[in-house]
Amino acid sequence: MKKNWPLWEVFVRSKNGLEHRHFGSLHAADAEMALENARDVYTRRNEGVSIWVVESKNITASNPDNNGELFEPAQDKAYRHPTFYELPDELKHM
Amino acid sequence: MSKEQIKNLEAQFEARIARDEKIEPKDWMPEKYRQTHIRQMSQHAHSEIIGMLPEGNWITRAPSLRRKVALLAKVQDEGGHGLYLYSATETLGISREELYEQLHIGKAKYSSIFNYPATSWADMGAIGWLVDGAAIINQVALCGASFGPYARAMVRICKEESFHQRQGYEILLTLTRGTKEQKDMAQDALNRFWWASLMMFGPNDADSPNTAQSVKWKLKRKTNDELRQQFIDQTVPQADILGLTIPDPDLKWNEEKQQYDWGKINWDEFWQVVKGHGPCNKERMKARVAAHENGRWVRDAAMAHAEKQQERKDKQAV
Repeated sequence: MKKNWPLWEVFVRSKNGLEHRHFGSLHAADAEMALENARDVYTRRNEGVSIWVVESKNITASNPDNNGELFEPAQDKAYRHPTFYELPDELKHM
Repeated sequence: MSKEQIKNLEAQFEARIARDEKIEPKDWMPEKYRQTHIRQMSQHAHSEIIGMLPEGNWITRAPSLRRKVALLAKVQDEGGHGLYLYSATETLGISREELYEQLHIGKAKYSSIFNYPATSWADMGAIGWLVDGAAIINQVALCGASFGPYARAMVRICKEESFHQRQGYEILLTLTRGTKEQKDMAQDALNRFWWASLMMFGPNDADSPNTAQSVKWKLKRKTNDELRQQFIDQTVPQADILGLTIPDPDLKWNEEKQQYDWGKINWDEFWQVVKGHGPCNKERMKARVAAHENGRWVRDAAMAHAEKQQERKDKQAV
């Protein structure tokens, strides 16, 4: 049995000035084919001006099981937000 | 994991869905949620690519270049929609090969509507208008599905699909404003596709044991019967504009309910087709398997080429 085409993740910039956003994934034999297929399936209606493809196995993702230790420490740090500071109402431009 | 712990996780999971939180692929989920999603999403993906077959047959027979490019674009979209849905299903930990395998051995189903033949050009109109119309109603409801990748695929598909229905309706509009033969052809297509389209929403709620669980998991946002009624209510006035007659003698506006009353679906026929005895089940599967088998050498050659290129690059780097 021969090898199956690997999985690639597709990121598309909809227009200049915006970031590339994850659009979906597809199988392709190599990067060039992944780009061509991404063009064909994800930008048939002018959805993009630039495409990135990256083989899915090269993405390191955080594990949702660790969301507590990863993201909760940010929750009790209200002083990182401007609304934490009590200032008089007549104060302008701040 | 102990039974107690799983119960606890399940309760948390149900609470998340009740709060309208989305579930993403790496989140913990009950095994049944995973399996039910694999079943429904792959069935949906298979329907997209099998749906290419009856229409693909008419691309070379389209009556004008305008119709031909539109049909070609529609069939290409369906291939794309199959891809979105296969990719979304793969995030649940099943490979594309396994999904194809399930289709090819008949373990996985696809929408029965594609087991009916498309015998005239008017059928391209009826399929776009009714079959895509019914699919859109289903899919709009699924844009709010709880499983993130499924919901995102649905949003993309709905955006692209509205042209499918409009091009179909335009085909019928042209035919019904044409000669008597053309009008008859349009009516004949409606006669053949009307009831099969109503069957696309699946069995009656009372005979659909999975509906309650699927609604709870937000894998379904509305029941089969609700969606079917919505389809009828919006389609009947569209038939009036075409000047075509819906082939249902019991169809009548119900002023009190503010919806149409209508006749009985032939469920025996539905189950016959689901079980593989429809007019085209064998032909569709044969065409699909042949496409997969005949494409194998191309897939292998592309992979071999990619590996060779990579080796060459690696050598140069050394």
